[in-house]
Amino acid sequence: MRGTEAPMVEEEGARVSRGEPRGGLVVALRATLKRDLILLLRRRSELMNPLVFFALVITLFPIGISPDPVLLATIAPGLLWVAALLAALLSLDSLFRGDFEDGSLEQLLLSPQPLPALVLAKVAVHWLMTGLPLALMAPVLGLMLSLPAGSYGVLALSLAVGTASLSLIGAIGAALTVGLSRGGVLLSLLVLPLYIPVLIFGAGAVKATIMGDGVTAHLAILGALLAVALMLAPWAIAASLRISING
Amino acid sequence: MTLRLQARNLACERDDRWLFEGLDLDIHAGEIVRIEGPNGSGKTTLLKILSGQLSDYQGELFWNSLPMERARTDFLSSLLYLGHAPGVKSALTPLENLAWYQAMTGDPDSESARMAALEGVGLGGFEDLPTGQLSAGQQRRVALARLTLTPRLLWVLDEPFTAIDRQGVLALEAQLQSHARAGGCVLVTTHHELRSLELRRIHLGQGGDDARH
Repeated sequence: MRGTEAPMVEEEGARVSRGEPRGGLVVALRATLKRDLILLLRRRSELMNPLVFFALVITLFPIGISPDPVLLATIAPGLLWVAALLAALLSLDSLFRGDFEDGSLEQLLLSPQPLPALVLAKVAVHWLMTGLPLALMAPVLGLMLSLPAGSYGVLALSLAVGTASLSLIGAIGAALTVGLSRGGVLLSLLVLPLYIPVLIFGAGAVKATIMGDGVTAHLAILGALLAVALMLAPWAIAASLRISING
Repeated sequence: MTLRLQARNLACERDDRWLFEGLDLDIHAGEIVRIEGPNGSGKTTLLKILSGQLSDYQGELFWNSLPMERARTDFLSSLLYLGHAPGVKSALTPLENLAWYQAMTGDPDSESARMAALEGVGLGGFEDLPTGQLSAGQQRRVALARLTLTPRLLWVLDEPFTAIDRQGVLALEAQLQSHARAGGCVLVTTHHELRSLELRRIHLGQGGDDARH
């Protein structure tokens, strides 16, 4: 028995040593996630800003247009989506700015770990703290716009998937403008055209539910957009950060 | 472990002005190299080029005789760079700041090592305060604690003595010396005298020649 056990142990040891860089990456990713989460939780105002903006915009519409539930229900999907998109856009500027100003961004770029993976962790935190809360809050605001009851689930789901794409695409713009002192407007101009497909299919999914049409096609396209963004955006963000640091 | 950082015919232009041209460097283990020059002479730019952060320069860089593009991962895992900005988050405590740096290097998570590094830079007792509440010198010391926390061969330090008190300067000088004696290498810019150290000087300025003393 002992004779057969010994090689197994050795093999395991070899596997551990071969797997070392990957283990290092997991540790680095976990630490980056944890650090960014703690940072955002300590600056609650920054966390609340997009949510407050979202709630304010949606509350003002029934007052500004008309309290007629039929009219509101027709425009509700588009309104909710546009307001959520702008709220997400507003929060993007600060994604890399803090790190740029205090020098942590240089350190992130000088890490031996692959940069696309590390920026993906930062974007994941951004989505978790902006996109996901917006998606969870949307049904409540939908109630205010007398959105038909059956569409709350699809609204939240489409926003959850859609804002993940928005965070990924927006992070490219944030990375490109991080070196500029007033990059906010430029960031919006860069990123908005790329947001349009997400907006069309996101709002389309909610509209389709209200109309009673099939919603799977819209959600599938949203998912496909997210898959493409997940594949390409981390590399684009990493390259943009390197360009910005060069400036 | 050997270490050799070479630069051949390095040149960098900023705003239609050559910061330096035709700069040849050959830096070995055990050396402390001080880059000197007046303000705006390109010291920080040179350090950024040598630490692989900038790409808009002319010339070639070699790490252990390999071109930098090919040796990049190996180079980055032997490099510790401290820039002008300390890279310390003011909302995090010194311990949390160091925890991130420790994880980024792939070292095992060890709170006792972090505590020891903080004690080493005289921040014992401050480890759980938000770094933003500490003084500028103490914040710089949090960054300097990385020198003991994550051992690397090549230290690239841009003005590491900023806001550090006299005793801290002496301790850091001794640390640089012992790092060089142990086979490491230090590239540093500073306006401090550094009398006690055996230095090699590279002078930047008009012409930017590699002047050795």
